[in-house]
Amino acid sequence: MELLKRLSASGRRLLLGVVVTAFAVVASACDTNVGPQDYLSPEGPVARKADGLWDLTFGIAVAIFVIVEALLVYTIIRFRRRPGREAAQFHGNTKLEVILTLIPTLILAGLAVPTVKAIADLSDKPEGALNVTVTAKQFWWQYEYPDAGVVTANEMHVPTGQPVYLTLEGADVIHSFWIPKLTGKQDVVPGRKNNMYFVADRPGTYWGQCTEFCGLSHANMRLRVIAQEPADFEQWLAEQQEPAAGTVSGAAAQGQEIFMGTCVNCHAIGGTEARGTTGPDLTHFASRETFAGSMFRNTPDNLKRWIDNPPGVKPGAQMPDYGLSAQEIDAVVAFLQTLK
Amino acid sequence: MATHPAAVSPQPAHEEHLTSTGLDNVKMAMWAFLGSECLFFGSFISTYLLYRNRTNGGPDPAHIYDIPFTSVSSFVLLMSSLTMVLALAAIQRGDERGMRTWLFATAFLGMTFIGGQIYEFTTFYEEGLKLTTSPFGSSFFVLTGFHGAHVSVGILMLLALVGMSLAGRLSQADARKVELVGLYWHFVDIVWIVIFTVIYLVPTE
Amino acid sequence: MATAALQQPRRSIFARPTATTGWYSWVTTVDHKKIGIMYGVTAFIFFLLGGLEALAIRAQLAVPNGEVLTAEVYNQFFTMHGVTMIFLVVMPMGVAFFNYFAPLMIGARDVAFPRLNALSYWIFLFGGIFIYSSFFLGGAPDGGWFGYAPLSTQAGQDAASGLADRGMDFYAVGLQFLGIASLAGAVNFIVTILNMRAPGMTLMRMPVFIWMTLVVSFLLLFAMPIIAVALFELMFDRLFGTRFFAASAGGDPILWQHLFWLFGHPEVYILILPAMGIVSEVLPTFSRKPIFGYAAVVFAGAAIGFMGWGVWAHHMFAAGLGPVANSAFALSTMFIAVPTGVKIFNWIGTMWGGSLRFTTSMMFSIGFIAMFIIGGLSGVTHAIVPHDAQQTDTYYVVAHFHYVLFGGALFGIMSGFYYWWPKIFGHRLSEKIGKWNFWLWFIGFNLTFGPMHIVGLQGMPRRIYTYPDGMGWNVWNMMETVGSFMIAVATLIFLFNVAVSRRKGREEAGADPWDARTLEWSIPSPPPEYNFAEVPVVTHRDEFWHRKYFVGPGKTVEPVFSGGAVDHSEHAEHDGGHHIHLPSPSYFPVVAAFGMLVSAYAVIFALPAVAIGILIMTLGFFGWVFEPGTAE
Repeated sequence: MELLKRLSASGRRLLLGVVVTAFAVVASACDTNVGPQDYLSPEGPVARKADGLWDLTFGIAVAIFVIVEALLVYTIIRFRRRPGREAAQFHGNTKLEVILTLIPTLILAGLAVPTVKAIADLSDKPEGALNVTVTAKQFWWQYEYPDAGVVTANEMHVPTGQPVYLTLEGADVIHSFWIPKLTGKQDVVPGRKNNMYFVADRPGTYWGQCTEFCGLSHANMRLRVIAQEPADFEQWLAEQQEPAAGTVSGAAAQGQEIFMGTCVNCHAIGGTEARGTTGPDLTHFASRETFAGSMFRNTPDNLKRWIDNPPGVKPGAQMPDYGLSAQEIDAVVAFLQTLK
Repeated sequence: MATHPAAVSPQPAHEEHLTSTGLDNVKMAMWAFLGSECLFFGSFISTYLLYRNRTNGGPDPAHIYDIPFTSVSSFVLLMSSLTMVLALAAIQRGDERGMRTWLFATAFLGMTFIGGQIYEFTTFYEEGLKLTTSPFGSSFFVLTGFHGAHVSVGILMLLALVGMSLAGRLSQADARKVELVGLYWHFVDIVWIVIFTVIYLVPTE
Repeated sequence: MATAALQQPRRSIFARPTATTGWYSWVTTVDHKKIGIMYGVTAFIFFLLGGLEALAIRAQLAVPNGEVLTAEVYNQFFTMHGVTMIFLVVMPMGVAFFNYFAPLMIGARDVAFPRLNALSYWIFLFGGIFIYSSFFLGGAPDGGWFGYAPLSTQAGQDAASGLADRGMDFYAVGLQFLGIASLAGAVNFIVTILNMRAPGMTLMRMPVFIWMTLVVSFLLLFAMPIIAVALFELMFDRLFGTRFFAASAGGDPILWQHLFWLFGHPEVYILILPAMGIVSEVLPTFSRKPIFGYAAVVFAGAAIGFMGWGVWAHHMFAAGLGPVANSAFALSTMFIAVPTGVKIFNWIGTMWGGSLRFTTSMMFSIGFIAMFIIGGLSGVTHAIVPHDAQQTDTYYVVAHFHYVLFGGALFGIMSGFYYWWPKIFGHRLSEKIGKWNFWLWFIGFNLTFGPMHIVGLQGMPRRIYTYPDGMGWNVWNMMETVGSFMIAVATLIFLFNVAVSRRKGREEAGADPWDARTLEWSIPSPPPEYNFAEVPVVTHRDEFWHRKYFVGPGKTVEPVFSGGAVDHSEHAEHDGGHHIHLPSPSYFPVVAAFGMLVSAYAVIFALPAVAIGILIMTLGFFGWVFEPGTAE
């Protein structure tokens, strides 16, 4: 505190600013698991590998930060203008400059080794992986399980402990697939096939979203990965392979009629005439927790608001407002609810 | 401000000897500009190399290029560099009439080259390779088109020099202007050698 | 351009204008100082516009599910914020300082090509107006400043994207326009610095700021043609249906990214190096010491200029380039930190042992170093590719580049304002108000961009117009918004300072208010139109300092007795036989630039009308070539 008192007013304030900044940066690293997309609390080996590199780099960066900023602060305090002291006139110090060039070079070389090793490790295709083909469209995700012949949207079910190997295909513009707690991003580029994999350690719902700016509803192009115990996953997959429920009655029947006259142009329902491919496959729509790029929870009220005016509740949504009456919308929703 | 002593004396006609490096300002600027142009054409050539096999079901390079024809028009353009050298030599020894002749010859050869390019473009269009056909078509037309635009600008500058000379405004002391246009002209020729090699001579898959 | 025939003065349509005061003198000026001021004022106005866009963005994001802006307007604002701050603020601010001070610091009376210089300015101004006019002509660009294809080719052509009709046309044509201005400026400054130095001003005696100007000019010279090609390809895809980026026809969207970032990363150094140059002038002056390791600082700047070409793909680590390319670019990205680190050490070394005066300018320079360290370190973390796959396109990256471009470039520019203001206008800015300016700016800056590191690490993506509640981002976002309004207040304080310092009891600065080191301080403030009455003969680095002081025995600094180191304009006025040639004003740069503006609108709205623009441009250049060398 003796030193603090000797500081000039401006020096003290600068010190304060530096400390506040340092605190903010450190706090960010220590704060764990503070949100569903926080990637400093990984839940799978791929994300954990990246996180390990981060811990190393961040530790070194903080050390350098503290040393250099402290040196800066010390310099401006110690050499502030005082009566009777003249500036020392020197132009440089070659030995010191060489040392100060070598030190960062060595530190960076030290960081380069584990980085390149991790890049190489993560680029191998894992063995015994579940294959999923991801197609990104404005503004939702399609997942195809080619080995099981299942197509679904926005929510990807995966088994725990098994690598999931993704093939990413673009349809319209560039998107980027990201599940922060499980893996970093991979861009989905039209005309290219990119690959990535991840493993979920534990059952749970993991959040993600599109991270390459893709138009009006880029912010609303979200996704979920639902990791299940292998047995539960197998059961889910088997259910998805079934065609949609057979006959419906009442309001749902009217809804089905409307659906087959209008919605059919873009949507598919397994086992029926509906084979549209522009929009999401709705075969087991009612089994999903969310819809429209995981923007809304799958509730009747949300569905009604959505069907009434899709671009109105989700800017840029490609599903048009068909001008259905409230009663017709209720019927369609009733039908959709039967698609368990 | 009126009292400052500026703007009284005539400007010295040549300032070469005044520069720090001893190089003429305008010439240095031209070299810098041509350095920039290298990156410009380099980027278009890279685009072409990436796309030359992406024909989108349209014509492909091996079938559409008429190499003998383009070789002749390339030779014409190369010869124009020779006439450009002769034009500069003429003005440097004070032969204004000789300079005009060679400048015009250079412009004429350039126009012949452009004529050949127009013919080539027309033929390609008739054979189904359009600007919008494929990435190959787009990158071919845009690369060679930008080169043609550079040649055309060069022709305009050559004709402007001829015009200035006819008006008596281009004497031996102004040889530097001819030299500058010459620098540009030779550059455009050299770029064509690269383009010709890359587009027409390097075999495609 | 003068020919023998033109040396006889005669009245003609090519007569050169002669006004030296009034608005007309500004429109026709070719004086590098006036052009510098116009660059600075114009860029500052764009800074206010870009700042307003930023405030609107922060207002929208202050709380989850914000309703201040629609998605459509948000996308236009964040795109225009980026385009504005990069192309219309930081780049031209650097050019403003180059213009005003490069000739003064090398002892020249003007730049090599004064009319070309005026042309650059008018193209820049018209280019900025052109891009901003899009707000009134169907909507501004909204595909991001990086304009990734095929979103940028789709925008406006497909109702699905919901994007404004012609926004990205304005982007493609407008940036092309601005690129011409940058290219002309780069050629001009390269020739000026290499060829117009005063006798004795060898390359290794040039001020660091001049070195950085030279490096930036070369970067511009080689980077602008690359973005020009990318923009042509984008423009042709949009307007003429070419297939450069159409994946359905075999085009590759990744090509755009390569071309864009091959330009884009050198661009980052184009933005930061001028500020590094300014800081390298300010620190020695207020430390009363020469810069520490001059050669190392210069070579580090040049090394950054070279290495800057080998790191572009670190913007594309998530694009799927493959492990080999990713590893190579990870390494190059890490090692470009070395020359940057060298500069930090040299700046601290410059202050070490000095006698530091904490003027506002000095504080902004110190703030620059303190903030740039943070931006540099977070930059190194991006090179850790597996973790960059997490960081990229999150607010962590937004935090990083604002620490570099705001904490770096803008702090440097503010430092330059306070440092050179007395030279340009003859009076100082108030130091008292300046301190308020600095501290509010400094705190507001850290409050705005510090928390962005945190929300970024918590998974908040960039370029989202809205976010749901419950993500853990709320507190930080509110903090950022508060900080951004503090920056706005600090900016108003700066404007207040400008106004107040000008009027009340102005502190006349004199030629050398800071006891500075370089040649621009050896002439009166503001400098006379001809800059130097006598072209200085340079014998030292920090020439002006060595005219004032020598290092005596015992390493003490002693004044040189002759005292009058400052050139007074009387020299010139009493010097009867000595005439100083100055380039005369000219109408034609503004005419030619106007022709380009007409062409630019024509390209978008009525293609054949391009001919009219080209005609005006041709008339401008024709007049340019044939107008007399001097006014009558």
